Amino acid sequence: MSKERIKINQEFYDIMPVEYQELVEEGTYGKEGRGWKDVGESKELIEEHSLCAGCPESIAFRYVLACLPAPEDTIMVGSTGCTSLVFPHVAVHNIHSLFGNQNAVASGLKRALSYRFPDKVKDVVVLAGDGATVDIGLDMTLQSWFRQEKFTTICFDNELYANTGGQSSGLMQKGFVAKMAPAGKKFDKVPLPEIAKSSGCHYVVKMTVSKPNRVEKAIREAILVAREVGPTYIQLYTPCILEIGKQMMEGLQEMRDSEGPNKRFEFEEYVSDEARAYLDTVNPKKRKRKKAIVTK
Amino acid sequence: MSNYSVLKGPEAFLPPAAACEGVILPDPGQGLITGSVAHEDLVMEEAARQFLSAKVPTIFPGPLVLWNWNETAAKKATAIKRLYDVLKAHNSSALHIPMPDYRPKYPKINPEIEINPNHPNLTIWHNKIDVCMFVGVHCHMANLSLKIIRGGTDCYTIAMCAQAGHEDAMLTFRDATPEKINKLADTVERVKASGNFAVNNGSA
Repeated sequence: MSKERIKINQEFYDIMPVEYQELVEEGTYGKEGRGWKDVGESKELIEEHSLCAGCPESIAFRYVLACLPAPEDTIMVGSTGCTSLVFPHVAVHNIHSLFGNQNAVASGLKRALSYRFPDKVKDVVVLAGDGATVDIGLDMTLQSWFRQEKFTTICFDNELYANTGGQSSGLMQKGFVAKMAPAGKKFDKVPLPEIAKSSGCHYVVKMTVSKPNRVEKAIREAILVAREVGPTYIQLYTPCILEIGKQMMEGLQEMRDSEGPNKRFEFEEYVSDEARAYLDTVNPKKRKRKKAIVTK
Repeated sequence: MSNYSVLKGPEAFLPPAAACEGVILPDPGQGLITGSVAHEDLVMEEAARQFLSAKVPTIFPGPLVLWNWNETAAKKATAIKRLYDVLKAHNSSALHIPMPDYRPKYPKINPEIEINPNHPNLTIWHNKIDVCMFVGVHCHMANLSLKIIRGGTDCYTIAMCAQAGHEDAMLTFRDATPEKINKLADTVERVKASGNFAVNNGSA
């Protein structure tokens, strides 16, 4: 496992660009307990990203990649949106699906992997924006949860269609005016975490990415639960600073301002009884942690 | 039978696909020279002449041979390195520049040390490469690169393909194995020893 899979033929080692040599020597493939603290310490699995300067999505992407429990055995499924601009720079197997199809593609992929590699654990992680998850792909998202497909769905929620100019999305807050939604959002933000719970997800978290240790815990537990129990869902607030009129240094503060008590991104975690029992067996000490806001 | 010749460019911003012009892939034991089917031994000799007469002969090893996937990949790497050493002994300007993967890198690649299938012309131009050989590149990415190079540069392209060959290369092998790559290195040495390696390249 791990780095055994990514050896460079010795004849070509000296001519390989340095980023590939570093990936082989310092990448965290196969490292026990990998996490967000590896960012800046080890070779990251994202080379350079093509997002806007200061984009919170870029740091969210780095945290997610740093926190995958087994990146060498993970396949990520993306969809159209800002996230699809980053996937070409990622050193984890990934598939770009048609807009909204990501959970359908992931369903087939997970099943195929379980047939192809019956003795190995292969993680499938969907990472898509709110347009792909909640609007265009809502059918595929929900159907995969109804069917209890064993993979994790991560939604980067920036509350609008960012890279097409700021159209209204289902996750936009009511009344918000965007460049391409001048009349303001007409209805409430779709409560997808609530829908996820009632649709069969065993582990649901809604949060911002302002606290990396909390992101690490959520990503890790969601993927572990998806392996053994059933579908999991994580909704991360990654504001589009361009479309909400912020400067590049203001993304972190925007997330902090949105996660306070009774704010729309106040931390919420739901763990089903089955998932909780499983997590207790995986890591009993860590589960006796400080109480988060748990909703059931 | 097509009369279309796959010649050095620059042919056009978007050159026609040679397959659409009637160029067909070779059968086992054969190759293509400017789109015409020829016996593989003749193709070997022509490739050797092109390499030996080039100012900057270059090998572009792709992911299938750069990375140690299996025993065959390792043997191919050894054979390719030997071919490079033969070229380097003849011409100190010879290069081998890797195509580690196919990511459209941002903001841009360093054309001095790597080639990317989405803009291979940058590496050709930067290093003034006039003859190149692709080996170990997945076919769809090789096709993309070959068309871009033919469209925008005057570089002579050779494809050492492990599958059925490439119509859009000026010269193509098929069913590449470590033995076949070694045979090409042997052929280069033999043609070099003969001293007769002048070529007459047309242009589009």
